[in-house]
Amino acid sequence: MISVSRLHFSYDGKSEVLSDINIDIDQRSTAIIGQNGAGKTTFIKILKGLLKPGSGKVTILGEDTAKRSAAQWAGVIGMVFQNPNDQIFKKTVLEETLFGPLNIKMMPKAARENAMEALSAVGLADKTDSNPYDLNLSDKKLLCIASVLAMNTRVVIFDEPTIAQDWQGMERIKNIIKALKVQGKLVMTVVHDMDFVAECFERVIVFNEGKVLLDGSTDYVFTQTDILRRACVSPPHIVQLGALAGLRRVCLTEDEFVLAYREKRCEELGVS
Amino acid sequence: MMLDVRRINACGLNLEGCGVKKIIVEHLKYRYPQSTELALNDISFEAEEGEKIGFIGCNGSGKSTLCQALTGLVPHFYRGAYGGHVTVDGMEVMSSSISEIAVKVGIVFQNPFTQVTGAKETVYDEVAFGLENLGLPRGEIITRADAALKLLRIDRFKDQAPFSLSGGQMQRMAIAGMIAMRPRIIVLDEPTSQLDPQGSDEVYQALDDLSAQGLTVVLTEHKIEKVARYCDKILILQNGRSMAFDTPAQLFSAKNTEAWGVRPPVYTRVCRELLRPPAGVYPVTLAEAGEALANWEVIL
Repeated sequence: MISVSRLHFSYDGKSEVLSDINIDIDQRSTAIIGQNGAGKTTFIKILKGLLKPGSGKVTILGEDTAKRSAAQWAGVIGMVFQNPNDQIFKKTVLEETLFGPLNIKMMPKAARENAMEALSAVGLADKTDSNPYDLNLSDKKLLCIASVLAMNTRVVIFDEPTIAQDWQGMERIKNIIKALKVQGKLVMTVVHDMDFVAECFERVIVFNEGKVLLDGSTDYVFTQTDILRRACVSPPHIVQLGALAGLRRVCLTEDEFVLAYREKRCEELGVS
Repeated sequence: MMLDVRRINACGLNLEGCGVKKIIVEHLKYRYPQSTELALNDISFEAEEGEKIGFIGCNGSGKSTLCQALTGLVPHFYRGAYGGHVTVDGMEVMSSSISEIAVKVGIVFQNPFTQVTGAKETVYDEVAFGLENLGLPRGEIITRADAALKLLRIDRFKDQAPFSLSGGQMQRMAIAGMIAMRPRIIVLDEPTSQLDPQGSDEVYQALDDLSAQGLTVVLTEHKIEKVARYCDKILILQNGRSMAFDTPAQLFSAKNTEAWGVRPPVYTRVCRELLRPPAGVYPVTLAEAGEALANWEVIL
């Protein structure tokens, strides 16, 4: 769906932030992880068309992104910014959510329906008249997510979606990601919460100092502890516990862990 | 001469540095202007010198407001209706100015973008800004700023513009600026929300080191595993009320914290599902859970 070849990028023309990135992104939900400053946000800004590659090529659905402007790609790729204050600018929550759909020329009735559906999904349907700047950080982030969902794009990219979210907010975001996957959309995220990655994403790409250090299925990547350490990443808590408990297979969720541990102990005790 | 009974125990041993109350909150009530509901409703707790206290709870439960109450921003900046008493390092918040409290209590806000002054051109100058405002000698400013930048692993960015940093690097810069001020109490509102896992561990390690030196640390955090691992005590808030205040092990073993919108650490959850605890207390950390899985009776 997205193909990146020989991508290089520098902000100042001297030090490279991204260096020779070659990735094919398929339909699998994909998490991009790595240490602060590894180039993750820069990479997704290039995919979104907000930054132009220094050199190399990015194609989306077979088309070179350089051939269209960021505005023209807006109906295909939606992106939730890391800092909500960089994204929101309207006077009410509803206006903010409607801005994207109307801007990509969606019909007003459909835009409103999409906006209300998206606000319900993030739990802000009762705050349509609120000023976005009066919301707390968690709700601002959820509003940004709703604004992108309402655009109904083929690709949805999140930059740190879990910032400031409590348990309920996390569950809401997990459900949104599951629903997007069911709808056949490509979901990508940049994130530091490895428990969230383990639960929601099928593929993990590890960035380190502007390069791809590791790329593979989530269970594979989280067993590569030495490589992860180089990228300042620790495996999810449940994976660490599985390793400590001597489980033979990688468990990415609590349910998987409980099942695998019981199987292991039954085997050890000779109980069927 | 009056004897300070807090510092001498029954055997006459000097307990200097132990058991000294750095934070005393008594029946604190607070309502924001133009709001009809109490944001904080009868909160009481105490923290000793060198203790690490975690505030947890759903968004809107009052965690950030309670942080502001420790720094004096509530009520002096936000105004509103205020009752009860908050004492920080012996200073009554209600009768002290924000600038007086700021010398003793440092705060790092939830969103680091809002903490950057915007007036300084480099990360170094940003970290040194608070020290300049304290009127410290130049040599002292340089020593403290250098140490803080190193501690937070951002010394290599010191000549960069603050707004050129990534979110995580900016969060470290905000913490460095606060630590450089050497307050007696530090308050951090979600200090590691934008940090990579190792960076997050390093910040907590730094907080551990600072608390070992006698600094009292108060933080809010949604990463329950981190709070359980690093904090001595946890205060659970719900709708502005204090629901529980205890050690992580006692709190997550004895209480149904889910009813207050707080899930126990994943280690506690899986051990509850799998094990019978010999003493009724479940593990809250990775190491404790590993030990329990190896030794406790399994529910098959």
